Amino acid sequence: MPSNDKFLIIEQSGVCRICGLWDVAALSIRGEVDRRRKLLASIKDPVRWLLDEGTRLDTVGAQLLWERWGKSLPKDIVLSDAQRDLFQIMEQGTVTEPLPKEKVNFFGWLEKLGAGIIIGYEHFMALLAMLGLLGIDFLRFLARPLRGPWREISAQIFRAGAQAMGITALVGFLIGVVISYLSAQQLALFGAGQFIVTLLGVTIVRELGPVLASILVAGRSGSSITAQIGVMRVTQELDAMEVMGISQSQRLVLPRVIALAIVMPLLVVWTDALALLGGMIAAKHELGLEMTWFVEQLPGAIGVKNVWIGLVKGMTFGAWVAMVACHFGLRIEPNTESLGKGTTASVVTAITGVILIDAIYAIIFSEMGI
Amino acid sequence: MELSQDQVIIEIRDLKTGFGDHIVHEHLNMDVRRREILALVGGSGSGKTTLLRHILGLQRAKAGSVKVFGEPIESYTGERRLALTRRWGMLFQSGALFSALPVFDNVALPLREVRFLPEDLIRDVVLMRLAWVGLTPQDAKLMPSDLSGGMVKRVALARALSLDPELLFLDEPTAGLDPQRSDEFVNLVKALHKQLGFTVIMVTHDLDTIRDLATRVAVLAEKRVLVEGTIEEVMQVKHPFIEAFFHGERGARALGNTKLGTVG
Repeated sequence: MPSNDKFLIIEQSGVCRICGLWDVAALSIRGEVDRRRKLLASIKDPVRWLLDEGTRLDTVGAQLLWERWGKSLPKDIVLSDAQRDLFQIMEQGTVTEPLPKEKVNFFGWLEKLGAGIIIGYEHFMALLAMLGLLGIDFLRFLARPLRGPWREISAQIFRAGAQAMGITALVGFLIGVVISYLSAQQLALFGAGQFIVTLLGVTIVRELGPVLASILVAGRSGSSITAQIGVMRVTQELDAMEVMGISQSQRLVLPRVIALAIVMPLLVVWTDALALLGGMIAAKHELGLEMTWFVEQLPGAIGVKNVWIGLVKGMTFGAWVAMVACHFGLRIEPNTESLGKGTTASVVTAITGVILIDAIYAIIFSEMGI
Repeated sequence: MELSQDQVIIEIRDLKTGFGDHIVHEHLNMDVRRREILALVGGSGSGKTTLLRHILGLQRAKAGSVKVFGEPIESYTGERRLALTRRWGMLFQSGALFSALPVFDNVALPLREVRFLPEDLIRDVVLMRLAWVGLTPQDAKLMPSDLSGGMVKRVALARALSLDPELLFLDEPTAGLDPQRSDEFVNLVKALHKQLGFTVIMVTHDLDTIRDLATRVAVLAEKRVLVEGTIEEVMQVKHPFIEAFFHGERGARALGNTKLGTVG
């Protein structure tokens, strides 16, 4: 390969010869473009330009000469026909009007804040509208249950429920062990070790089980629902459904909401069971409480009402996660960035919402005295 | 270019491909010579796009060899693969523009990847590419989702041309364009080809495009390249696909003015 240095020779005053490598590869060395630009700028007009036949010239390299020549071919120039053609095509592509300028906005932050509030309000209203539509669709479904989307519901139950059993079991078990260990140490100080049954039973069944399972499902199934529906937007499947007159709410949203509302309470029971098992093992290890005694005490310690509270919470959280996931999925625009943002927003909103709804439940139940 | 006109730059020998039990190509041979415009034709599912993917190294063959610029495509790894990717450009069937980037950045991306090219030079080069394909600086700000199908094709061509490639792949370049846009596209590629002297391999169903652009045609049928040659040579061959494709009613209409008596 010829050396990079031999690309411009000033033969005598007033004659400049271009030769060697003038292509992208030759220019992609640090500082090379600047070096050549300076050299070209140092040549004083009037000058006669000679372009060697063998010069490896492409339109990127030619751009440098083009700049030097003020975007037109100099009068005093010797070049081959092929090179003349190249510069002719560059002439065709020379743009005189500049790129539109980016507008600087000093109150951009204020605008963003306002837009954020408006978008938040829009999301709220859209979710409300979706809830209303879901209610109507659900009544229709109840009126004609045989025509309902059963296949889709069962597929979602399998995907969001059965396939989530492993991860919920693992997390539930470990959290049970951790809580049991920590409280066992404190309770042992007061010699109140046997109260660990009530402590574990109530916290897990009423609070931790539903919240843990929902957060896991929001991360697992919520994100997948949003991405799935979002890709349907990108591939125009949603438009196709609309053209065929298939209701998105009925076919996409309703089955997912029903499926998660059915499967979440089941997952909550499963997570509760594994968390209690973990707690029991830790209690045996730390406090020496017999497992049979622990199991005997459990029903009395928890109470039926707490089980029901846990199940109702699970059902609400499940429906909420599915609704939020569908909502953000349907609002995704056909580009990759929007898909990423939508999925993030879906999971964050679902998890925040779960905790918010949990707090609302806590207030309602305490007002009701249960 | 110091290299001769007839030099073979892509050489495919005895290629075999398949997905599971389904064999797409078997004993496929094909040559592409420097500076020619080769049209790949064949029925739906005859593996035209798959063949392009082999040449681009996006897919591995079950048997046989694919040589690009004289070396097996698998042998291009690391730095050499990077250097190779700067010598070719691909126009994907649906454009494959980066949807998160505006038009300008889509075309500028390959130039920025080269590194050490100053931004003002990149700007001029990008605007030139856009001007070639008939787009204005105003269009440069648009996002791919705001573009019409024809504009997507043109931006994709501008991006494929951004590094001044020696080898240009076009996958259905005129599909989905109206006849006028399609003609414009053909004239554009023709003019650029004449002046930049790149080699083109294109997949197309459009007889007008083949007639106006291709210097040679390769017909894919029966899992191999049935025949390679100029359009006249190809039309002499007796084969059901060729009869249907070139001699059918559409063929007669598109090629009627090429003085070939066998039409009809």
